[in-house]
Amino acid sequence: MRQTRKAVLMLEDGTCFEGKSFGYEAATAGEVVFNTAMTGYPESLTDPSYEGQILVTTYPILGNYGVPPETVKDDVSEYLESSRIHCRAIIAQDYSWEPSHWLATRSLHEWLRDEKIPGLYGIDTRALTKHLREKGSMLGKIYFESPDEVEFDDPNSENLIAKVSCPEVQHHGEGDKTIVLVDCGTKFNIIRCLTRRGVKVVRVPWNYDFNTIPFDGLFISNGPGNPDFAEETVVNIRKAMETGKPICGICMGNQLLAKAAGATTYKLKYGHRSHNQPVRMTGTNTCYVTSQNHGFAVDDTKLGDDWEPLFVNMNDGTNEGIRHKTKPFFSAQFHPEASSGPRDTEFIFDRFLEMVRNHG
Amino acid sequence: MEKIKKVLLLGSGALKIGEAGEFDYSGSQALKAMKEEGIETVLINPNIATVQTSDGFADKIYFLPVTPYFVERVIEKERPDGILLSFGGQTALNCGVELFESGVLEKHGVKVLGTPVQAIKDTEDRELFVKKLDEIDVKTIKSEAVESTEQALAAAERLGYPVIVRAAYALGGLGSGFCDNAEELVTLTEKAFAFSPQVLVEKSLKGWKEVEYEVVRDCYDNCITVCNMENFDPLGIHTGESIVVAPSQTLSNDDYHYLRQLAIKIIRHIGIVGECNVQYAYDPDSMDYRVIEVNARLSRSSALASKATGYPLAFVAAKLGLGYGLFELKNSVTKETSAFFEPALDYIVCKIPRWDLGKFHGVRREIGSSMKSVGEVMAIGRTFEEVIQKGLRMIGQGMHGFVGNRDLKIEDMDKALKEPTDKRIFVIAKAMREGYTVERIHELTKIDRWFLQKLQHIIDTERELEQVNDIAAVEPELLRSAKQQGFSDFQIARAVRKGNFDSFADSAAVRSLRKSCGIVPVVKQIDTLAAEYPAMTNYLYLTYNGSENDVTYLHDHRSVVVLGSGAYRIGSSVEFDWCSVNALMTVKEQGWRSVMINYNPETVSTDYDMCDRLYFDELTYERVMDILELESPHGVILSVGGQIPNNLATRLDDAGVNILGTSASCIDNAEDRHKFSAMLDRLGIDQPRWRELTSFADIDDFIREVGFPVLVRPSYVLSGAAMNVCSNEEELHRFLRLAANVSKQHPVVVSEFIQNAKEIEMDAVAQDGEIKLYAISEHIEFAGVHSGDATIQFPPQKLYVETMRRIKKVSAQIAKALKISGPFNIQFLAKNNDIKVIECNLRASRSFPFVSKVLKLNFIDLATRVMLGEKVEKPSKSLFDLDYVGIKASQFSFSRLQGADPVLGVDMASTGEVGCIGDDTDEALLKAMLSVGHRIPRRSVLLSTGTPRQKADMLEAAHMLHRHGLKIYATEGTHRFLVENGVPAVRVYWPSDPEGQPQALDLLHDKLIDMVVNLPKNLSSAELSNGYKIRRAAIDLNIPLLTNARLASTFIRAFTSMPLEDIQIKSWDEYK
Repeated sequence: MRQTRKAVLMLEDGTCFEGKSFGYEAATAGEVVFNTAMTGYPESLTDPSYEGQILVTTYPILGNYGVPPETVKDDVSEYLESSRIHCRAIIAQDYSWEPSHWLATRSLHEWLRDEKIPGLYGIDTRALTKHLREKGSMLGKIYFESPDEVEFDDPNSENLIAKVSCPEVQHHGEGDKTIVLVDCGTKFNIIRCLTRRGVKVVRVPWNYDFNTIPFDGLFISNGPGNPDFAEETVVNIRKAMETGKPICGICMGNQLLAKAAGATTYKLKYGHRSHNQPVRMTGTNTCYVTSQNHGFAVDDTKLGDDWEPLFVNMNDGTNEGIRHKTKPFFSAQFHPEASSGPRDTEFIFDRFLEMVRNHG
Repeated sequence: MEKIKKVLLLGSGALKIGEAGEFDYSGSQALKAMKEEGIETVLINPNIATVQTSDGFADKIYFLPVTPYFVERVIEKERPDGILLSFGGQTALNCGVELFESGVLEKHGVKVLGTPVQAIKDTEDRELFVKKLDEIDVKTIKSEAVESTEQALAAAERLGYPVIVRAAYALGGLGSGFCDNAEELVTLTEKAFAFSPQVLVEKSLKGWKEVEYEVVRDCYDNCITVCNMENFDPLGIHTGESIVVAPSQTLSNDDYHYLRQLAIKIIRHIGIVGECNVQYAYDPDSMDYRVIEVNARLSRSSALASKATGYPLAFVAAKLGLGYGLFELKNSVTKETSAFFEPALDYIVCKIPRWDLGKFHGVRREIGSSMKSVGEVMAIGRTFEEVIQKGLRMIGQGMHGFVGNRDLKIEDMDKALKEPTDKRIFVIAKAMREGYTVERIHELTKIDRWFLQKLQHIIDTERELEQVNDIAAVEPELLRSAKQQGFSDFQIARAVRKGNFDSFADSAAVRSLRKSCGIVPVVKQIDTLAAEYPAMTNYLYLTYNGSENDVTYLHDHRSVVVLGSGAYRIGSSVEFDWCSVNALMTVKEQGWRSVMINYNPETVSTDYDMCDRLYFDELTYERVMDILELESPHGVILSVGGQIPNNLATRLDDAGVNILGTSASCIDNAEDRHKFSAMLDRLGIDQPRWRELTSFADIDDFIREVGFPVLVRPSYVLSGAAMNVCSNEEELHRFLRLAANVSKQHPVVVSEFIQNAKEIEMDAVAQDGEIKLYAISEHIEFAGVHSGDATIQFPPQKLYVETMRRIKKVSAQIAKALKISGPFNIQFLAKNNDIKVIECNLRASRSFPFVSKVLKLNFIDLATRVMLGEKVEKPSKSLFDLDYVGIKASQFSFSRLQGADPVLGVDMASTGEVGCIGDDTDEALLKAMLSVGHRIPRRSVLLSTGTPRQKADMLEAAHMLHRHGLKIYATEGTHRFLVENGVPAVRVYWPSDPEGQPQALDLLHDKLIDMVVNLPKNLSSAELSNGYKIRRAAIDLNIPLLTNARLASTFIRAFTSMPLEDIQIKSWDEYK
């Protein structure tokens, strides 16, 4: 029997789950959320949208295929979604100590240990998930001996976008068209999806006034936490709209574009975090299986008259994207760049770049 | 789209290797879907034991062969406007394609619903398939289609050995295999050409991973992948022969979605509407792949995927065939969210095949690219260790999990690891125990290290348990960890107690220890969305990897638990699923909550909408008790699931469980040979003389008393069949020396074997010892053919009234003595008017669905009402009122069992059965024989008819063949006998007489013979070798074979006296 240290996950309502530690041994706290994806832990852990969160994987066996190398291709990490782990911790039922994959250079345990992120296994993640589903996402902390080791910490009380956005303007790729990518915590795969299509990407910090620089299209990335913190970005988007240049947004980008279009956002009870969210394009019989990771949603009843919902979630009817009725502005709440998850909606990048190429 | 009003659904016929119970499940789901739409349904399926051919599923049922001739006749009569081809396996698909090609469907205005026929053809014909996928740059295994052995050799030369050979248009890999050299290639291609004019030679990718995706597409081009699955065994072992897990375990997100995306691209390009399955070979060292095949129909994998995810693939596919979009359908588990989604699993499932190779003489034990398994199990849990151990117990071959089993004898471990057999997984266990590293085993087996590492954990835990010497001293933490790795109480007890192990007492000690430590399993729901939304169904499993039950228990004693039948195997298959499902329905009707325990993914009883609670879990004493302790039911029904639940009677009774129906002590009185025999003696009921013996001398003494032949049943079998009839000293000694052990510890039961006796079955239901309903049926064959292989006629047409009367009387005496309340079956021998009891089972028998459907009185419904304590009346109808005859015939799968001698004996060999109804024996028999793959010979028959007595028995049939204008070929003795008796015949020569011409084998190879009747004389070695070669050649060359004189005569009489066109096309309800 492997000798591992015991550790406890305590939720803010006092519920405790005892498990075993792997990865880094340190107490930590954050918002506890669950993801029902069955693959993709290296991508999820490095997804900036998980900033401040303790990630519970409902698939019970974690770490099977280890962790890919940190090689860089086209000046972003080849296999990961950002340069570091953003989750505060990861929790599963069972952990595979001996991974097996031709690409793996180390185990999840080793990676977490190196990145100082605790992991917990031996926890009934189904019971935990049902608890979160019934009570809603809540704060939690992981400790080893005593609950006093660490305080509960609400990541949504601070501007997480500012925390994960790039500190300065960066350039990626080459091409005849220039896309400004507002980095609210962008996943590298958004950059890859754009540069792969032969455009130049100017990645700017979340509050950078991109209206001061030349560009052909505006792309607003995904990002963590409450969109209300990004009022500055919303103001900049509104300004950009006046130019009529194509605009596209993903996830946080959808929420910020919606706010710019007059709508509001609200926090979902327990969010959408999975690879199997069904989305229908409004007014059509066309449906997509999408990858999602968001805790806030757009209330599309408050959209301006020039706007309409573009996609709707087939499970709970929440908004999954909006578009302007006449201008080339649209966005998706889900993740067309996937990574992790299904890639059925990557055409969104093609649509956007078509608009860019057709515009002016 | 035009509104469809009436749909014809083709079933898959008898269960066979490669096509089994999964199609009862898919067909039943499709029928439910049609019913929901108010569409009238017509079903053609001769498999009378299925659930789909029961009242309430289809509007009209035809127990007829699924062949173009009969399907066309039914179309002419029923005039359906739509046809469903993808729910009855390869049988239905092939038949449907033929009907389409010949213009029959168009002529009668029948529309193919779902996937268009062109798409089916694009996936079935290898060349078209490769071309189709080339169009979208999807890589396939490059193969060369050849039409002769010479071409095959040339192709293999170009591709380089090893190559794989497969026959086009064949189910489950029939006639396919790997060849390392030219010699092997020649042998295999010859066989493959017998099944198909086209054979494919391709490069072997041995050692690659095998991964499958189940993909669904609607007519709006919306696609989802319901599930992916990964084979534990690398490429090279047919997926039906592999241990399979879902979801995949060793694929990264990139791998998973790369293959998923390809699968969707393929289904769109081919134009499937409904469901299909895409199989990949995947390089373990890069992202290189090949598409192995696409099945444009519901398959074994799709049934497994449905059970693994809770997504009802067949039901949804049927709806899509009617033109629905996925977005218009609801997820049937949540009843709230959309059916357009991909299930998220929060558990792992493991499928393990069940083989029965021990039942066959001469069969090769290696597993490979052609399917040999007869059933499968699915285990659900939350670690791989847990599911593999659960699954290995479920296969029901006396194994207790990955460890804790009887020691295997292996001569060459490296070879045993390299060349997999049905015992492979246990070979790995032994290798690990002997110190083979994961790395070394990986090199030899190419099984991914991830799986092996998990298996190593189980070995490590066993070692740790072995360090403890006293059960009470096992630390709770170790105990919990062992349970989380799927160890049973038995395994733990055995590891701790080693030599001093007492299986019941020590397992009980482990159970009470862990309960005192609070180490008990929890119940989890399968909900398709990993708890994201609440589930409205109770599809459940138990695990030690969890801390909370998903279900709340009322402890109101208002539920009734029905124990299912476990893995399909030779001797127990779909008939017990029918019994279980019917028991569940009656339980529900009577106002109880119905609870099912079963773990067979091919069944309808494990469909979560068949009962109030489904526990997809083990039928071991330990697990059943775990569930009963949670459920606190009113009682348990264990007499409808065959022998597995029946065997639990005594232990459950000892634990204070309320067994409904006949008491456990009475069950024991029937099961225990000595007690039962003593009871018969007391009642003055005759039985064949028998004795349990422990030495050769005693055996010889007993045989001097009763004479040869004798039936010999060793309690410990070294190899080969478990029972044998020995007709002389030489045979007896050879069998006992080579095949069995005789000693004080391993006694042998020897019984008198009565020749030329009729065998008669009594299926009945009694209440408090009084028979309420019964059916007497007779075997066409004389005793000596296992009742599961025999052709059975109901009601009997050739029994003396006196015999029937005696059988009724004796049965009533036995029912009274054993105080039977519930279903039971007694087997009798009858010669003249003397009857002897051979066996009695206080449970439903294999023939319950057959007699229930022919008599149109549901035996299980009545038996269940009896067991629930309702006072039942004797139905007014009896078998004497029937104006028609039912014939049950057996389906054999010898063609899949390379090397097996296709001869019938006292041990069962058939894998399935059909039941057909006709106005008389001839008509019913013809329908039944054609349903199990026989064909009416057009030109010629080869006869070699055994002993003088058998020859005489067959003489009349030979005359009929001759009069019917068929050319008769006969081997030496038979030829002489026929000519002497005025039947013209052409003499042919045995393989042992290679000089003579013509050679029997040549005629078979040249396809000059349409049917072979080969009656083995005895088991002498020359006879076996000659006869064996002929029989095997007939099977390998797909020529109908009969090996029993009585059946052969009856069949010959039927087809010579009744032309095919005279067979009436009557549905079940037209027989009144």
